[in-house]
Amino acid sequence: MGNEFKESIHKAVNNANLTGALGKFSEAYKVNRAKAYEGIDFEELRGRIAELKSYAASHLDELSDQFTKNAEACGATVFRTNDPEKVREYILKVAQQNNVKTVVKSKSMTTEEIHLNQYLEKAGIIVGETDLGEWIIQLAGQTPSHMVMPAIHMTKEEVSDLFSKEVNERLSSDIPRLVKVAREKLRPTFLAADMGISGGNIAVAETGSIVLMTNEGNARLVTSLPRIHVALVGIEKLIEKYADVATILKALPRSATAQLLTSYVSIITGPTPNSDGTMKDMHIILMDNRRSEMAADPKFKQALQCIRCASCLNVCPVYRLVGGHVFGKVYTGGIGTILTAWFDELKKSEDIQGLCIQCGACKDVCPGKIDIPDLIMELRRRLVQGQGVPLLQKTIYAVVNNRKLFHGMLRAASIAGKPFTSGKFIRHLPLFLADLTDGRSLPAIAAEPFRDRFKKSQQPELKEKVVFYAGCLIDFAYPEMGEALVKILNKAGIEVLFPEEQTCCGAPARYNGAYEVAEKNAIDNIKALLSVDASWVISACPTCTVALAHEFISTFESVGQTEWMEKAKELAAKTIDFSTLVKKLIDEGRLTLKEWQKLDKVTYHDSCHLKRTLKVSDQPRELLQRAGYEVTEMFECDTCCGMGGSYSLKLPEISGPILQRKLRNIKDTGAPIVAMDCPGCVMQIRGGLDQDGANVKVRHTAELLAEQLD
Amino acid sequence: MMYEQFKTRAEGVSAEVCRFSTKNEALVWLLEFLRRERIAGAPQANALWAECSFLDGMDRDTLNEQTGLKFEVTREAASQARFGISQMEWALADTGSLAQNSTAIEQRLVSSLPTIHIALVPTSGILPDMPSLLSRVNPKENAYIAMITGPSRTADIERVLTIGVHGPERLVIIFVDDLGGKN
Repeated sequence: MGNEFKESIHKAVNNANLTGALGKFSEAYKVNRAKAYEGIDFEELRGRIAELKSYAASHLDELSDQFTKNAEACGATVFRTNDPEKVREYILKVAQQNNVKTVVKSKSMTTEEIHLNQYLEKAGIIVGETDLGEWIIQLAGQTPSHMVMPAIHMTKEEVSDLFSKEVNERLSSDIPRLVKVAREKLRPTFLAADMGISGGNIAVAETGSIVLMTNEGNARLVTSLPRIHVALVGIEKLIEKYADVATILKALPRSATAQLLTSYVSIITGPTPNSDGTMKDMHIILMDNRRSEMAADPKFKQALQCIRCASCLNVCPVYRLVGGHVFGKVYTGGIGTILTAWFDELKKSEDIQGLCIQCGACKDVCPGKIDIPDLIMELRRRLVQGQGVPLLQKTIYAVVNNRKLFHGMLRAASIAGKPFTSGKFIRHLPLFLADLTDGRSLPAIAAEPFRDRFKKSQQPELKEKVVFYAGCLIDFAYPEMGEALVKILNKAGIEVLFPEEQTCCGAPARYNGAYEVAEKNAIDNIKALLSVDASWVISACPTCTVALAHEFISTFESVGQTEWMEKAKELAAKTIDFSTLVKKLIDEGRLTLKEWQKLDKVTYHDSCHLKRTLKVSDQPRELLQRAGYEVTEMFECDTCCGMGGSYSLKLPEISGPILQRKLRNIKDTGAPIVAMDCPGCVMQIRGGLDQDGANVKVRHTAELLAEQLD
Repeated sequence: MMYEQFKTRAEGVSAEVCRFSTKNEALVWLLEFLRRERIAGAPQANALWAECSFLDGMDRDTLNEQTGLKFEVTREAASQARFGISQMEWALADTGSLAQNSTAIEQRLVSSLPTIHIALVPTSGILPDMPSLLSRVNPKENAYIAMITGPSRTADIERVLTIGVHGPERLVIIFVDDLGGKN
């Protein structure tokens, strides 16, 4: 990561105005969005959107042709190009031929994408943004920090300073007054403008219509008052059928601003009369700018399902800390990272892709059903492929890929770490796990890893066998979690097998784009875990479970590994997470807990991979309740704890504040225990609470349940 | 039923909604509303009424007696009017939206430039939702389909909801039961 980039993050997270405003907004957004979607089957809706947008992405040429034919039949002029330079030239040519002196614009990210304003201004044309947020940043000489709310990073005091200069009058920071000033100041601009430039939220091939949505009413004026209307539309906005407009309009305002509908929606099909009786000169520009290339890419085609609602920004725990400007000048947040890599260049996404902590919150809310975290991983993979892994990381992976060496070093660490150990924590981990951060203590490497303890332990001979996949954290840092799991399964009449050849699940390598390393890890584990006959492969680490159940397969797909694919699928089908299996055993009457007790209050933290990839969130809560615990929910229980594997090492300045927010939410419940299903989250949260000094115990669900077996 | 749903939704986004059985009752209320809001002949105090079927068969002489009420819609007149009056053909119950074929620019001028937009709507024009609107309104015959949901709004400064930016700051919706309509 470049120093300049690190500096911009540092500046952003220390900007109290920014993090305060974004933090408050993100909290309100979640509540309001849920309310706006009340009574709507979101999964069904986004399924339809994904389908119709995916169809469009596969038929961009046909739909562009159809759109052009229909819009031109209605009297519009349609210009289609791949090249942003040609777009700029075209608009300037139309302006010059018609003697245009001033232009009014309604909000358009596509014009931001091609830096249109600067180009027209250089040619002597006055360009006025009219969306309030866009106007504010135009006056401030800044770029948008959010796709829907471009000036969300600015305070009312900053706005009043800008407006005061504009109207030569000292204005207070009273927001309604500032809004009035904007109305009064921009009205004459609207009336005088010769050309209106808009974007387009939707372009309908079947009818040649463009759909524009605003809340302020500026798009209505931009498309009505000037004699010329130019609409710049990215071809990913094309849809085939007019009736599908309703489908997108159902999701876009709800997802963008938690509204049922924006104040104004205009469906414009060809030119309409001007107030002097002449007809509007209407130009629609269909801009490609690598969108067709994206559509031809089997991975990234999906990104064209975006309807530009920005909900991926609104729910992102990283975005709400750093805001948009860290991401660059045009598109921001999760989808912005992907769009920047394509519309600008892959290299430009090198730093910003690293901002993604892979928590999956955006994937859950995306109305286009885009797997944004997966696409960011793919960017990572391609970047690594193009540039190779940095030397230090390479050394680490060479170790991780050699199980014996890797495990040997972990054992060595338990001895080397000793002098620094204070109780259960050490302040500095040796070797490559060093370079750790403030605000969190790290666990000592266990004196005796799970694999050694397991060998010494005695299990009754039982008929049913289950393979336990421990993963590095349980094996080497938290063996007691593994022992709890064995105790529970034994009680249910199941014998646990632990194939010793199992090794790192490959997630660290994969999340850093080193897919070849992850591939090798996957093959080693498949061999080990399928070497014995068992009804399940259970893991008590959701990240490992996801690796076994999903990522071995997708890693193989990405690197073209076919030889082991069948086996990977076989393993995936057998893989199950701890809580799901235990819940199943209880439901089948094979396991009982001491249900009559009344135990402490417990608050439950949902780990990202468990909740959002494995879709498991009720099971652990039910188990805890059954054991007698009173489960009390914390605020934002399923928001990431900031661990994200090596993320917390690379970006401690972001991971730290995310953790602090989590700790606050945990403490606010007053519960003396916080439970979770992930040893990674335990490491992060236990470390945080240790430094915080709060008297809250952090436990894996397995540990809590093992104490309450009947 | 649909009217009640519409009213709840529209009021939820700060629109004002009322309903009358006859055009005459609606007219009486409208004129009284304008007087209450101090309609006058001066700029920024007058009203502009765009052509619509509500006016069919109305005694225009009576209307012309109302000081400050004009029927000739131009950009200049609209940009100076405080009130804009138009007829919206449809209302969508599930979002509290109004819809109209706004191809004639006069319809857009009176509903976007003045401070207060008064919308007359045939009660029979209430539709359940957007799909039922789109299935009735063919864009090839309706070049500018406009939907309006509440007054103009913004939250661009510190996410504080503020009513009345570039469009009207008030939206007054008057349903009229005997206005016919396209259903």
